[in-house]
Amino acid sequence: MSSETFHRTARQPPAGADNEPYLVVDDLTVRFPTADGLVQAVTGLSYSLAQGKTLGIVGESGSGKSVSSMAIMGLHDYKRTRMSGSIRIGGKEIIGLSSEDMRGIRGGDVAMIFQDPLSSLHPFYSIGYQISEAYRAHNKVSKSQARGKAIEMLERVGIPQPKSRVDDYPHQFSGGMRQRAMIAMALVNDPKLLIADEPTTALDVTVQAQILDLLQELQRDFNSAVIIITHDLGVVAEMADEVLVMYAGRAVEVGPTRDLLTHPEMPYTWGLLSSVPDVSADTDARLIPIPGNPPSLLDPPTGCPFHPRCLHRDKVPGDLCRTELPALVTAARPGHTKRCHLANPDQIYEAEVLPEIAPDLVELVTADHAPDGGGDGGGDGADLGGAIAPENR
Amino acid sequence: MFGYIVRRLISGLLVLIVVSMAVFALFFYGPADPAQAYCPETRCTPARLEAIRTQLGLDRPVAEQYASYMKGIVVGNDFQAGSITIPCGAPCLGVSFKLRVNVTDYLLARFPATLSLALGGAAIFLVLGVSSGIFAARRRGTLADKGIVSVALIINAIPYYLVALLAYLLLISQWGVFPESGYHGLFSEGPVPWAKGLLLAWITIGITSSTQYARFSRGSMIESMNEDYVRSARAKGLSERRVTLKHALRAAIVPVVTIFGLEFAYLLAGTIFTERIFDIQGIGLTGLQAIGTKDLPIISATVLIGAAFIVVANMVVDIIYSVIDPRVRLS
Repeated sequence: MSSETFHRTARQPPAGADNEPYLVVDDLTVRFPTADGLVQAVTGLSYSLAQGKTLGIVGESGSGKSVSSMAIMGLHDYKRTRMSGSIRIGGKEIIGLSSEDMRGIRGGDVAMIFQDPLSSLHPFYSIGYQISEAYRAHNKVSKSQARGKAIEMLERVGIPQPKSRVDDYPHQFSGGMRQRAMIAMALVNDPKLLIADEPTTALDVTVQAQILDLLQELQRDFNSAVIIITHDLGVVAEMADEVLVMYAGRAVEVGPTRDLLTHPEMPYTWGLLSSVPDVSADTDARLIPIPGNPPSLLDPPTGCPFHPRCLHRDKVPGDLCRTELPALVTAARPGHTKRCHLANPDQIYEAEVLPEIAPDLVELVTADHAPDGGGDGGGDGADLGGAIAPENR
Repeated sequence: MFGYIVRRLISGLLVLIVVSMAVFALFFYGPADPAQAYCPETRCTPARLEAIRTQLGLDRPVAEQYASYMKGIVVGNDFQAGSITIPCGAPCLGVSFKLRVNVTDYLLARFPATLSLALGGAAIFLVLGVSSGIFAARRRGTLADKGIVSVALIINAIPYYLVALLAYLLLISQWGVFPESGYHGLFSEGPVPWAKGLLLAWITIGITSSTQYARFSRGSMIESMNEDYVRSARAKGLSERRVTLKHALRAAIVPVVTIFGLEFAYLLAGTIFTERIFDIQGIGLTGLQAIGTKDLPIISATVLIGAAFIVVANMVVDIIYSVIDPRVRLS
């Protein structure tokens, strides 16, 4: 997929178009009516993802990243959720799909890995049972065949002695092994789209790296599209081809990973980058938290949702940040879009933000300005990404 | 597991010994004199009373009498009363001075009635309660859910004896909707009279007790439906039925098993109101009648049997736990 088709082009091709990326989310809006009012969990979210590619969705808790992904899985309770817009998986519109049809897609073509493998695996059933149950939900096979498949999958994800471990219960597995088992369960039906919702958050750092390696390896083998939801930019730098930054239920910055991490143009993204601890960085570099808290989705701020916490809002003339929601517009680099009123974000980032958070990177980033005709970023390695948060490796 | 059961049996036995001591104390410190009960009211002279006391061994030290009582439970103890001997093999729970019968046999003869009542009632309240609880949990917040919760609360709020009494008076005596209640042996008289006689009692126990199971399993179900692993089950593409019954219910059933185990033990120990109102000659009614006639051996035996059921039920519940939840290690 080229970066240009990444955004906002989804509206044009009709459903089922041959050249459409595997997953197309178009103008997705998710609302939850509650006793306190309408929770505007996701608003006007659009993106697309081709097979074999990885999209990283980052944002704080409550930014809508999990809610939007659960919508792709059809996991929201239809009775308590209002959804509009379009989600097409392999050309098939799934919003408004009957729950029975959705069930066929869920766990089959689209699978999900959850954050905490201990609470996400049923404590009363053996690992093997849970994996073969997932297999049997989509394949007409006998119990012993499904068990064989479960053993095969456990071996595939690197569980030692899968033949005996298959009958173990989740509490008999270590944290990393549980997540491997979750991955085995998600991949048992060769999904074309895998959604990993903070797959490493509950794991310790050394295990995190193993799980990410495993995911990458499996993605290569299965050629599936992967959405990785995280608030860890190190994970994004490691895994993602494209990054979608969400804030208050909206996409606020979208772009190719290397481009977005080296030339972020939205102050919220700057804030996320500033709050990444970097053990190998200059000891003068400061860890700067984003002031304030994520806004209430019951009553989001007017204008740009980030303006109450934005350190740079004074640089925008007038009261624009408070009164008008910035559109998602193309940034300086192709394939990169942002939702911000700032006129010269690149300069502000290099002059004010970068020296604060990573003084040793300033030269590297400014060198990147080499006038090579737009620097289309194709074939970029993730070497720089690795430099941003090497503590994960 | 085996060691666990042995340890639990031993501790259960200790509980029962303490209960038996408390029960035994009734003979000495209770309001009724056991010898009095055995002494014909019209011709009871102090001398005769004293003779009976000696005969029954009531004049012996307390410890000695308790030892002989315990010995009776373990190896049996034949009672001599005047010219007649009442045989009482192990486990001998004593002899009713009034009825001149072996208490063990007497209660055993009444146990099938109580067991029938308990099994039928439990089957109804378990099925009705848990299924309406699941039904309400899956439709949480809807009119159906609120209806079930309200009805459960209303039934719960009315005293049970009132419900049972009204059911009997209206549905059997007044309108004759249900056949006359009473216990007919399942094997001696056949299943139809057996079921007919117990029908309304089953339904009454079933409906009134189901309310707390409905509320309990509803709450437990709502909790487990929100668990991550239920979301995982749904994410696998399992049918909603399978998600509910195999994943959510399996976890939600654990607390229900606890209250069911204890409640069933109470039912086995005899339901005084139900047996009295529906005239079912079970353990509960026997105990009640024994209280009326101050028949101490029967009272103490029913208490001891009740305690034994509770102890066993607790143990069974713990073992069931380990079957349901593989994380529970019995040790």
